[in-house]
Amino acid sequence: MSVATKAIEAGHIWTFPGGIHPPERKEISNQTPIAPLALAQEYYLPVKQHSGAPGELLVQVGDYVKAGQVLTQVGANNGLPVHAPTSGTIAAIGPGIIAHPSGLADTVITIRADGNDEHVALEPLTDYTQLSRAELLDRIKNAGIAGLGGAGFPTAQKLALQRPLDYLIINGVECEPYISADDRLMREHAQTIIDGTEILLHIAGCEKALIAIEANKPEAIAAFEALLDKHPQLALRVVPVKYPSGGEKQLIQLLTGRQVPSRGLPIDIGLVMQNVGTAFAVAQAVLQGKPLIERVVTVTGENVEKPGNYWVRLGTPVAYLLAQCGFKPEPEQRVIMGGPMMGFTLADLSVPVVKITNCILVPSSQELAPAQDEMACIRCGACADVCPAQLLPQQLQWLAKAKDYDGLEQQNLFDCIECGACAYVCPSEIPLVHYYRKAKAEIRNIAREKAKAEVARERFEARQERLEREKQERLERHRKAAEARKKAQAEAVAQGGDNPQDAVQAAIARAKARKAAQAAAAQQKNKEGDDA
Amino acid sequence: MTFKIAASPHAHQRRTTQQVMRWVYLALIPGVLVQTYFFGFGVYVQLALALLTAWVAEGLAMRMRGRPVAHAWQDHTAIVTAVLLAISIPALAPWWIIVMGTAFAVIVVKHVYGGVGQNLFNPAMAGYVLLLISFPVQMTSWPIPNELAQLQVSLNDTVSLIFSGYTQAGYNLEQLRMGADGITMATPLDSLRNDLNHQLTLSEALTKPIFDDLAGIGWAWINIAFLLGGLVLIKQKIISWHIPGGMLVGLLVPAAIYWLFNPDQAITPMLHALSGATMLGAFFIATDPVTAATSNKGRWVFGLLVGFLVFVIRTWGGYPDAVAFAVLLANMTVPVIDKYTQPIAYGHGGRS
Ligand code: SF4
Ligand code: SF4
Repeated sequence: MSVATKAIEAGHIWTFPGGIHPPERKEISNQTPIAPLALAQEYYLPVKQHSGAPGELLVQVGDYVKAGQVLTQVGANNGLPVHAPTSGTIAAIGPGIIAHPSGLADTVITIRADGNDEHVALEPLTDYTQLSRAELLDRIKNAGIAGLGGAGFPTAQKLALQRPLDYLIINGVECEPYISADDRLMREHAQTIIDGTEILLHIAGCEKALIAIEANKPEAIAAFEALLDKHPQLALRVVPVKYPSGGEKQLIQLLTGRQVPSRGLPIDIGLVMQNVGTAFAVAQAVLQGKPLIERVVTVTGENVEKPGNYWVRLGTPVAYLLAQCGFKPEPEQRVIMGGPMMGFTLADLSVPVVKITNCILVPSSQELAPAQDEMACIRCGACADVCPAQLLPQQLQWLAKAKDYDGLEQQNLFDCIECGACAYVCPSEIPLVHYYRKAKAEIRNIAREKAKAEVARERFEARQERLEREKQERLERHRKAAEARKKAQAEAVAQGGDNPQDAVQAAIARAKARKAAQAAAAQQKNKEGDDA
Repeated sequence: MTFKIAASPHAHQRRTTQQVMRWVYLALIPGVLVQTYFFGFGVYVQLALALLTAWVAEGLAMRMRGRPVAHAWQDHTAIVTAVLLAISIPALAPWWIIVMGTAFAVIVVKHVYGGVGQNLFNPAMAGYVLLLISFPVQMTSWPIPNELAQLQVSLNDTVSLIFSGYTQAGYNLEQLRMGADGITMATPLDSLRNDLNHQLTLSEALTKPIFDDLAGIGWAWINIAFLLGGLVLIKQKIISWHIPGGMLVGLLVPAAIYWLFNPDQAITPMLHALSGATMLGAFFIATDPVTAATSNKGRWVFGLLVGFLVFVIRTWGGYPDAVAFAVLLANMTVPVIDKYTQPIAYGHGGRS
């Protein structure tokens, strides 16, 4: 065992550069157990709630569906199905607003609930170790499980990468202020999370899991400490409170001292990370056959009367969720999906809760003051001091404003994790992350345009080649025909002797033939011209 | 009902540029008070003149550049420039000195380079150097500490001196600067340099009345007061320790080595630390974020360089103090320092 591995085993916690300590404010929502939410009347299910391709529709308007019934079917390798969150009828299928920073529309299935909440029959498993790896992966995929912590990458797909693994990391850090969904889940369902972790270990063919929890969650830590004695494959790691210690790259650095290579994946350095919520969902899917139709959502901020954590069915409109919690909007109210650091604002509250929705935050303008006017950068370097990716945010900002895309790539814009630490400390209140996002989108667009142009160029060249080939073939044909004619003439002459009259006749005939050939060629050419 | 759209992050540390700047000039107060105690009220007149000039100059510059004037006043960076310059120049210097220096600092050094954040040179120090080169006599005529002075200068006398060059009783600055022996007194560093250059040994040079056990009378306490203010800034995380730390190490280590080899001919590390603008420079001037290096490693290098240059200029240069020159020279090297001290981004092969 190498020195580094020994240190990991011994529970050494490394550090990462930068980071900030924003007010945590978790006490607003983490005091009470996760509560059920009364059923809504309508649910809106975007067919795509994960990164990857959407599935094909399996239902039509008017169909009756039960809770847990699968609504979309997916291909073999990518995509995830979505399931009906409750029983009812399909009221509509069509474009609807989805929860995405862009406010874009996508295909949404609307279900009118019948209030009976009938479920499809589940197929529990008694011993999952009897199933093959592929069967287990299928079970996870068919349950529609995507990473519940962030980007919503299909979990089965992540596990399907068969590469040697040193550690599975279960991320229960939840460093983003205000959010306590994972905290409550860990306090109340530590055993299920442990079961899920063991299933994940089994599937990944990995020996050891590290469960990481931030030091500000003593109850969750205690819940695991009480159980982990019986699970030697699992080890608890308490990481110090600092934002963004729960970021995938930062947590890896904290627990292993390793760095995910730029543009690489954790698996490149023998690691895979899953969120605690995902581990919970995996346990439910594999052991009980439960598809992912609900998740814990933190509802918090000073403008709700009943902040807390709720079991929310996927597809529940945010407006309904907030109404149930006593939402008191103020003028210019911001409704944030996610936390104060990385969440995005919703313009329209009809958007539904989806697989990656961990928090709805409705702050008063006292607790999170709206952004002030942007002032000039005073080059104070505060942003660089807190950047966990060790970038130079002020430099990036200038390059982004100057649209210097080469410079941005040289300064590693794409290693920015958009954590917002830089913008948090910037005394000039420059919305740095906003500039980076815009620049990233523009660079991606340019790359896409380039790729498109490349394809078009290739197509054009292929066509030129085809035309050239056809022309050569045609010329060859003409040459052969001419030869054949010559031969026939020679034969005729040989047979009928040297008749000058014949020779004249022949010359005329040849001239005619040539003219005809020319006309034909011209016609052909015109036709090509039309084609081109 | 539609709701307000905003870009993340939605949380913001409530520390604006204005607040940062306010901390800086508040932390200067102890030093200014001590300076008043030893050198009289002149510094307040200088402060008033500098602030007024900065305010007008900033407004003019913004107007000429077609920018919102209020914006520039709001960030308080001009205030810091004005205050730093006002406490760096001799307390009884004629009024046009500070007015000229401040106007130059704000209009040319700051705004001609593109305004806040864009200037290559520290405005206060560039203003100081301009004045020092143009008006060496006025810029080196520090009053003598009150306790050594033959004539006490009242507030009225101070104002009168600064604006007309004479006290109400008709004395000029030269007469006021005379000691009991009728010889004009230089500042401690000036006096030392002269004496050491004139083949006196250190202990002989230190017998001059302007020295006490610690260092120069008054100057030592002023430096200590600025040191305290600077520590507050570090505690408040307004500045990081890298630049002041680097500057003190860069100054004192070479000074100590040189002194060990030339105990008779060299200024002691203690005198270096507590004379002239050492502490003001280390904590308030070299730390100007705009004109210093950006990464912590870069700041450390920058600080070392400033300190070392101060040592070199004080030891071999032609000017009594060196902080302003050292800072400006180091300012010029910042792009290079930044280039070679840029941190390795995550995932690019750096070590944790
Ligand atoms: S924190 Fe803001 S003002 Fe300071 S250097 Fe960074 S971008 Fe500029
Ligand atoms: S948002 Fe990007 S640049 Fe800013 S601190 Fe985070 S990683 Fe660094």
